[in-house]
Amino acid sequence: MSAALDLVVAAVDDTVPGVRSVRLVRPDGGALPGFTPGSHVVVTCGPPGAPGNAYSLTGDSVAPRAYTISVLRLDAGRGGSRWVHALTTGDRVEVTPPRSAFPPVLAARRHLLVAGGIGVTPILSHLRSAVRWGRDVEVLYAHRPGAAAHLDDLRDLAGDALTCLTDRTTLGDHLQRRLADQPVGTHLYTCGPAGFMDTVTLAARRLGWPDERIHVEHFGVDDLDPGEPFEAVLRASGRTVPVPSGTSLLDALEGAGLSVPNLCRQGVCGECRVPVAAGTPLHRDLVLTDAEKAAADTLLCCVSRAADDRLELDL
Amino acid sequence: MDRALVAGFPFPFPTDRYRYSTNVEPAPRVVSTPAGQWGASLVDVDGEYHRELDERAAVLERDPSRYAVLDHMAPACWDTMLTLMRELAAAYPDVMSLDGDGPSYVWTNRLFDVEQPFTYAQPSTLPDEPLRYVASQVQEDLVLLDQRDGDLWGDAGLVTFAADWSFGFDVGMSFLEIHGPVPRLRETGVITRAREFIMRLQPGAPYRRTNWTLTVGRRLDVSTERYPEWGPDRPRMLTVDDVTFGREVHLRTEVQHLVRLEESGAVLFLIRTYLLPFEELARVEPWRATTAAVLADLPDDIADYKGIAGYRDRAVDWLHAHAP
Repeated sequence: MSAALDLVVAAVDDTVPGVRSVRLVRPDGGALPGFTPGSHVVVTCGPPGAPGNAYSLTGDSVAPRAYTISVLRLDAGRGGSRWVHALTTGDRVEVTPPRSAFPPVLAARRHLLVAGGIGVTPILSHLRSAVRWGRDVEVLYAHRPGAAAHLDDLRDLAGDALTCLTDRTTLGDHLQRRLADQPVGTHLYTCGPAGFMDTVTLAARRLGWPDERIHVEHFGVDDLDPGEPFEAVLRASGRTVPVPSGTSLLDALEGAGLSVPNLCRQGVCGECRVPVAAGTPLHRDLVLTDAEKAAADTLLCCVSRAADDRLELDL
Repeated sequence: MDRALVAGFPFPFPTDRYRYSTNVEPAPRVVSTPAGQWGASLVDVDGEYHRELDERAAVLERDPSRYAVLDHMAPACWDTMLTLMRELAAAYPDVMSLDGDGPSYVWTNRLFDVEQPFTYAQPSTLPDEPLRYVASQVQEDLVLLDQRDGDLWGDAGLVTFAADWSFGFDVGMSFLEIHGPVPRLRETGVITRAREFIMRLQPGAPYRRTNWTLTVGRRLDVSTERYPEWGPDRPRMLTVDDVTFGREVHLRTEVQHLVRLEESGAVLFLIRTYLLPFEELARVEPWRATTAAVLADLPDDIADYKGIAGYRDRAVDWLHAHAP
């Protein structure tokens, strides 16, 4: 897995009420990994080890010198957005390398991008790419009056292909009309509050859009989640190895000095299979058959974990 | 034969028994062998650089179908070119460099006396299409997989050194269609697992695997298109003398890298082909012994698919006869 990136806040922008845009750079100003449009990074919102929040990258995706994110302040949230809103220039920020979970479909004939509120962030990234490669694109942006993040960017890039919608009735009518009037082969991408995305996808389905052409941004759900912490008990020695959330069982076993054969570390090659003596595995691999998983006497320790708080291994 | 080619040969057998498996591992990583080492970078420039790239140009000249790009893959081709230029510059800084930080760059390759400025995504700034251009700078064959509809599609590539397959025939096919002819892959789940794995590849975390076969003659282009030229070489191996057999029959290793491209999200599949004649192989005792064991144990259907069923027994006998 690629290591986390230690970045520095180069600039903050609070022009739009409630939304802060943050520009992150390498301390040495060097180039950052490029990313697929619609990618996000997970920002550690606090000191190392603090919980992370996924934020879409809004800037240029080829050989970027900076990562830019735009974060809506949610006072009732878990605290990540409040932390971002307290950053100042020069602060250090740890982010994961970009992850792509909402990419444009290269083979699409046309791209209909539908953003709701702060959900505009991955849509902006899609739009930049569509303009670079001359793709046929249309953007619908629903936002509260006077609270539109990145409006100037969208206008510059999309021109007449952008429609802004600021009240519910107009939104519903326009959405219906535009969804009903797209050429076959158009792909729909939507990001915004869950209720907004439900409205958009439901309207599209009712008009006969196949699911394969409807794309919804679920921040990072394609990643394996970090999992609950548990303890691995080693039968041979009686030792107990703690496996924290975010650490794989394989990493924990290696950290405890055990040598476990392994290759891919992604649950696909089957090398790191270890015998289970007691407890219930939480299988997350692509190797074991359903029957093998049900037998619960073995697991692939690079991705799989314990369903409860304890697992005994024949090691 | 150039000793450096023997020293850098990626011997493909970790054990005495070979079956298809999802044998992927993170790359790059150096592997030490009894003769030397391999695997330090995703792209490998060796003493055959000019010879192989001349041959690639000649193959493309006679048969342009070795190169194909479906329209929607243009971004992936630029992405491939930039990625490979960066890899080459990082691996061979004495002779290659990529300067500039986008969108304008200068590609320098002293092995060819090339200094090529270009602007990313601007076709008019390059003397050739980006995928074909970069394929003239690397010894690797290139296949680009587009990921959509929960599947992978071989929608672009440039393959001049195919081992008994045809890129022109496969272009546009799904990953499972491309691998349809390979025995055992579907039943054992190896191929669907490989597909799931590739679809989860992340940028910045490339993987590699090896594949192998036997090839008669030092012949890189054993594509289906040229079967009439090379096909008759196989039965001929039953009638030649031992010295000729050892000189003609080659262990062919493919080092295949899988790279998730940053901007397009496509998967770049690199295939680098290495050929080692049996006469050289036999001088490295662990390689001779392991190859003999693998070939003797190989099930008939796999031997048949690899096109070696006809002379496999002779190859085993030859290797046994050349024990020290």
